[in-house]
Amino acid sequence: MTVATNQTILVVGGGIAGMTAALEAAETGKQVVLVEKNPYLGGRTVQLYRYFPKMCHPTCGLEINLRRLKANPRIQVLTMAEVTGISGDKGNYSVNVKLAPRFVNENCTACGECNKAATSEIDDAFNYDLGKVKAAYLPNDMAYPQRYVIDPSVVGTAEGQAIKAACKYGAVDLDMKEEVVTLNAGAIVWATGWQPYDAAKITPYRYGEFKNVITNVEFERLADPHGPTGGKILRPSDGKEAKNVAFIQCAGSRDENHLRHCSRFCCMASLKQTRYVQEAFGDAGKSTIYYIDIRAIDRFEDFYQEVKANPNVSFVKSKVARISEDKNGDPRLWGVNTEGYKRYSEPHDLVVLAVGMEPSVKNVAIPAEVMGDSSGFVMADPSNAGIFGAGCATNALDVNRAVQSATAAALRAVQVVNQVARAEA
Amino acid sequence: MSDMNQQMAAKYQGNFLKEIEEQAETGEWVKMCMQCGVCSGSCPTNFHPGWEHPPQEIFMMIRAGKREEVLSSQSMWMCVSCYNCYVRCPRKVPITHIMHGIAEYAYRIGRAPKNQPTLHLSQTFWNNATKTGRVNEVQLTQTLYFKDGIASGIKKAMAMQDVALGLVKAGRLNLMEAIGGGHKCKDIKGIHAMLAKAKELEAQRKGRAA
Repeated sequence: MTVATNQTILVVGGGIAGMTAALEAAETGKQVVLVEKNPYLGGRTVQLYRYFPKMCHPTCGLEINLRRLKANPRIQVLTMAEVTGISGDKGNYSVNVKLAPRFVNENCTACGECNKAATSEIDDAFNYDLGKVKAAYLPNDMAYPQRYVIDPSVVGTAEGQAIKAACKYGAVDLDMKEEVVTLNAGAIVWATGWQPYDAAKITPYRYGEFKNVITNVEFERLADPHGPTGGKILRPSDGKEAKNVAFIQCAGSRDENHLRHCSRFCCMASLKQTRYVQEAFGDAGKSTIYYIDIRAIDRFEDFYQEVKANPNVSFVKSKVARISEDKNGDPRLWGVNTEGYKRYSEPHDLVVLAVGMEPSVKNVAIPAEVMGDSSGFVMADPSNAGIFGAGCATNALDVNRAVQSATAAALRAVQVVNQVARAEA
Repeated sequence: MSDMNQQMAAKYQGNFLKEIEEQAETGEWVKMCMQCGVCSGSCPTNFHPGWEHPPQEIFMMIRAGKREEVLSSQSMWMCVSCYNCYVRCPRKVPITHIMHGIAEYAYRIGRAPKNQPTLHLSQTFWNNATKTGRVNEVQLTQTLYFKDGIASGIKKAMAMQDVALGLVKAGRLNLMEAIGGGHKCKDIKGIHAMLAKAKELEAQRKGRAA
């Protein structure tokens, strides 16, 4: 049973920003409810192999936050939960939360017997559908809560019964139903994060049509030892080692036809990903970055200079015009190098589109009046009353900035519930 | 005509970007280019030797004040109006229109390259079509074929004779046009009045005498 009052802070979204906001608020002594749509916390950050600038593995960076969370009794976590309605006003909101059935209760010890009993497979959403998982699965190795999930497709089947029978702890409950709970909250932190821009919309790049044209988020999964290839950088068409990788910057970003804003993180992400190629293949691994201009924001210029000094990484100042496919499956890039106005037509083993960020939930899709910019990011505005944006719901940010933004949002939310507390004292 | 060129050069005193912005159709978009190069990469004429400067280079040359090089360039005249660049431009710059705008401006002030084939075609087509309000296909092709002399004209006409005969059979080409027959607009005077008015309005809009 979730306990919430008008002095509770509701945090929507359990990625790095939502977790941070929840922790910061709870560590000042506030009651927090953290709502997450996925069956696990960590959001997009946990789907990275490593994140810049310190090349942290999420198992390290996120682990710290998970420990803080486990140690804090003031935070209640609801996973597989979505906010469907918000009513009331600053200091006294009433929020409807839809809870999807997990079909596994808290008795689960993550022993994995249900996984062995399962036979059917579903797309592996954690790996951006690059692989398959069984219908009874642990979303990822460091998933919190560390509890299996059963896909609704096996409910009511013999397979479902077999999965249930395999559990020694009575944790499988196939009779779970979707339910809607109503929570009270004084302030809301909206941290629903981002999603990669749909690369198929950039038609000259033929994403979805050419197998060896992938996105930067998919490349993270290829490089990750926990990913579908066990950390080997193999191209999707024929499983060949991708030793000659092209990165196309501004795939969707800074483009009036797609995303109007600069997504900020993609230059650094591609610079970082050239290191994966270098690590995997040494001097045999070549990376080429096609760019308009490199925006290694803030203090990351050092990182850029380091990559630039690597003789295995080359830079071509050009927005690629189109991609074709050679007979052997090599994607071929066409365009004009604007330094010297030279036309090129270059084959590569693999093309990584540095797709930009768009908000997962645009401000107009939030079930409350929330101001947004032309891309749908939440803007800070007094008319938002007690709803505060945090992380990538407010702007295209990297992990570091998302955390800063979340801390700021937590402070604003804390002030609201403090006012409520004083008024009632 | 060259007076016009000197007048404009004097008026803008080396600020060529401003000159293009004010004088060339859609020229005000030139400053929006961010030099990504997607227009050049998308251009189907890019392998053609006459295509000296791709669009984003032309835009940078305008900003750099390279007046003579831009106005006398063949580049704008090579545009085939496929609109690939316009569609892909991340800044929605109407590149195709700017190319035509600069070309028209260069022509207007007498700086277009001599014997430019696109210019010749455009001029011939315009003169032909505005005369009677309908294109006289026979006279138009004759003028184009015999542009470089009689011998080359006959050679080109012979090469195309099968196509011409096919068009005649299909009722698409009237040989009487050679002696002034064929289709005409019903109200030729009306067409001429409309064109005169359009010219006057355009001059007014651009703030110059007709």
